[in-house]
Amino acid sequence: MSKEASTTTLEDYTKCDYKYGFTSNIDTELIPKGLNEDIIRLISSKKDEPQWLLDWRLKAFRHWEKMTEPKWPNVKYPPINYQDIIYYAAPKKKNILNSLDEADPELLKTFEKLGISIGEQKRLTGVAVDIVIDSVSVITTFKEALSKLGIIFCSFGDAVKEHPELVKKYMGMVVPSTDNFYAALNSAVFTDGSFCFIPKGVRCPMELSTYFRINAEGSGQFERTLIVAEAGSYVSYLEGCTAPMRDENQLHAAVVELIALDDAQIKYSTIQNWYPGDKDGKGGIYNFVTKRGLCAGVRSKISWTQVETGSAITWKYPSCILKGDYSTGEFYSVAVTNNLQQADTGTKMWHIGKNTSSTIISKGISAGRSNNSYRGLVKVGKNAENAKNFSQCDSLLMGDKCGANTFPYLEIDNETAQIEHEATTSKVGEDQLYYCMQRGLKQEDAINLIVNGYCKDVFKELPMEFAVEAQKLLAVSLEGSVG
Amino acid sequence: MLTIKNLHAEIEGKKILNGINLQINAGEVHAIMGPNGGGKSTLAHVLAGREGYEVTEGSVTYMGKDLLGLSVDERAREGIFQAFQYPIEIPGVSTANFLKHTINAVRKHQQKKELSAKEMIAFIKKMAKMVEMEDDFLSRSLNQGFSGGEKKRNEILQMAVLEPKLAVLDETDSGLDIDALKIVANGVNQLRRKDNAFIVITHYQRLLDYIIPDFVHVLYNGQIVKSGDKNLALKLEEKGYDWIKEEALAII
Ligand SMILES: Nc1ncnc2c1ncn2[C@@H]1O[C@H](COP(=O)(O)OP(=O)(O)O)[C@@H](O)[C@H]1O
Ligand SMILES: [Mg+2]
Repeated sequence: MSKEASTTTLEDYTKCDYKYGFTSNIDTELIPKGLNEDIIRLISSKKDEPQWLLDWRLKAFRHWEKMTEPKWPNVKYPPINYQDIIYYAAPKKKNILNSLDEADPELLKTFEKLGISIGEQKRLTGVAVDIVIDSVSVITTFKEALSKLGIIFCSFGDAVKEHPELVKKYMGMVVPSTDNFYAALNSAVFTDGSFCFIPKGVRCPMELSTYFRINAEGSGQFERTLIVAEAGSYVSYLEGCTAPMRDENQLHAAVVELIALDDAQIKYSTIQNWYPGDKDGKGGIYNFVTKRGLCAGVRSKISWTQVETGSAITWKYPSCILKGDYSTGEFYSVAVTNNLQQADTGTKMWHIGKNTSSTIISKGISAGRSNNSYRGLVKVGKNAENAKNFSQCDSLLMGDKCGANTFPYLEIDNETAQIEHEATTSKVGEDQLYYCMQRGLKQEDAINLIVNGYCKDVFKELPMEFAVEAQKLLAVSLEGSVG
Repeated sequence: MLTIKNLHAEIEGKKILNGINLQINAGEVHAIMGPNGGGKSTLAHVLAGREGYEVTEGSVTYMGKDLLGLSVDERAREGIFQAFQYPIEIPGVSTANFLKHTINAVRKHQQKKELSAKEMIAFIKKMAKMVEMEDDFLSRSLNQGFSGGEKKRNEILQMAVLEPKLAVLDETDSGLDIDALKIVANGVNQLRRKDNAFIVITHYQRLLDYIIPDFVHVLYNGQIVKSGDKNLALKLEEKGYDWIKEEALAII
């Protein structure tokens, strides 16, 4: 095969657009740009919030003002003007819907384009969905069916109104409002998100899912998710996200907190597909997210599974605090960067209780001129007898203009810890590609097969439906990445 | 089926093939022998279309088409199969899944009936049995952790399921013990038909005790310096390659 011929076809192939890049014409309520105490009061009043929450926000804001952006991530971007962002954008139609017929038709069209059919289809597949557009939860399905089991699954705003005692008790327990720059920002201005509470001994019978969508121009998205699993309960939670294609960079700074009590298990899966920017690196979402789980109880377990394909910049370290004895933390990640995307992602496993264990499987894939870093910390406290950790961090390079880095940190204060770390860096081998193609596969199919094989250990942790979606997404993300 | 005329090829500017001529008809088995470094693997790669192997002169006609104008994968879908001297490992991709993808790609192109999931499994299992591969190999990552003999049997399995018209076997026998060798040979023999052909590259005559070739060629210095029937292989076994080299030099 001549080189020129293959490059031309690949170039055509790269021109495939971001599938979710449309904008919807939803009537949106915006507040003025900028960030100050008045704006925060305005957001709080728009949301009809109790005084304690406003105070909480203001405390976070005052702390944030004294903070500076973290500089340690291995990413580069021009300074963000935090006064140039709209902190509240909401679909105008009031979000108390009794049935779908009441929803804004534009909104329904949006859902259709996103491939979310909130109606029968989801009912059949049994996934309850909460949809957050521009920071405001617009619709939550299956609320009633779930409430019969005592499960609360609603927007964060509704939770503040209907279950203030739960929100007050758990919000900020895992990610304090002063935790880091972006978490503090989120705590000051968050507009909505999802809340989920699984009572003692209940196994949530369906996947719970939140779909995040940024729509409005010039706005940022700041949502919070809080999941509490009481003793002996189980929940599997899915998160998906997309955004329109815009030339500007939009900020997404979310906070996710998970709390698992005795013997509880939370499985949290993310398919992150924010707009990554164009081939020249113009536009795209800055995804600066704080995700942390607290294994508070004995034998509790939290698993993070993430497939990161979108965003211009990803800064994200879903972590586990293993406080309960015999608790388990898991992190399974596939992070793909192409073109000029940058990702600095990984996890933190903090062993506090005795006999705790953690597993980290990270698969980075870099293509184009992108940069992909894994950053992980395994910390074993003084009293964490018999902590076990296994980490495997693999990087796959496609082409020779991209970069991959691994920053594994260890802080071990207990001699009984057993830590195992493996790391590899490989290239999609010319010989692997040739082998597949000699068997009749087209180049793009060969790449997909090889890359999917590489990601298998992570994909198998995803719920079935999501695994299929993840594979497709991976194929789209890597189109035109080898030439 | 295949006509190679005055084929010259180089790798990174280094001339490897220096004017190969070969005619292969359907139903035939051609053995290619010769000392190490003679260009046997290069010929296999050139026929399969591997990047980096540049043809500088000559032509190859396959089923009436200009073979050199097709890409690697097009050639494969048109029925050219290369059994690798060193099969490649693909972690995380099960052998069964790999076979399924390749079978679909090839069959679709050749407008053969698509196999249902059930038919696919039955077909793969049947062929696996022929090369005496246990079913659990099918669920393991392709070639990963396979022994040398298992990898070679896997090559024959792939050949069996893809039903090529022209198969080029590159030292499939090297490193095999006698039992594995018989399995491989038996696989090839079962697949021999009137409408397909094989090029069997080998270093050793012993494979040709089991796969009886119609023709034997000696490739040396990038040229076919001698051709004959299966008796040529026996003679090479007995006398080594030196006399061929001398003859070749005498001609020059
Ligand atoms: N990738 C390569 N780059 C440079 N030279 C090569 C390469 N592959 C093979 N050669 C050279 O080409 C010649 C023929 O090799 P090969 O076709 O492998 O021979 P055989 O299979 O008959 O042993 C040898 O001299 C070998 O060193
Ligand atoms: Mg060879």
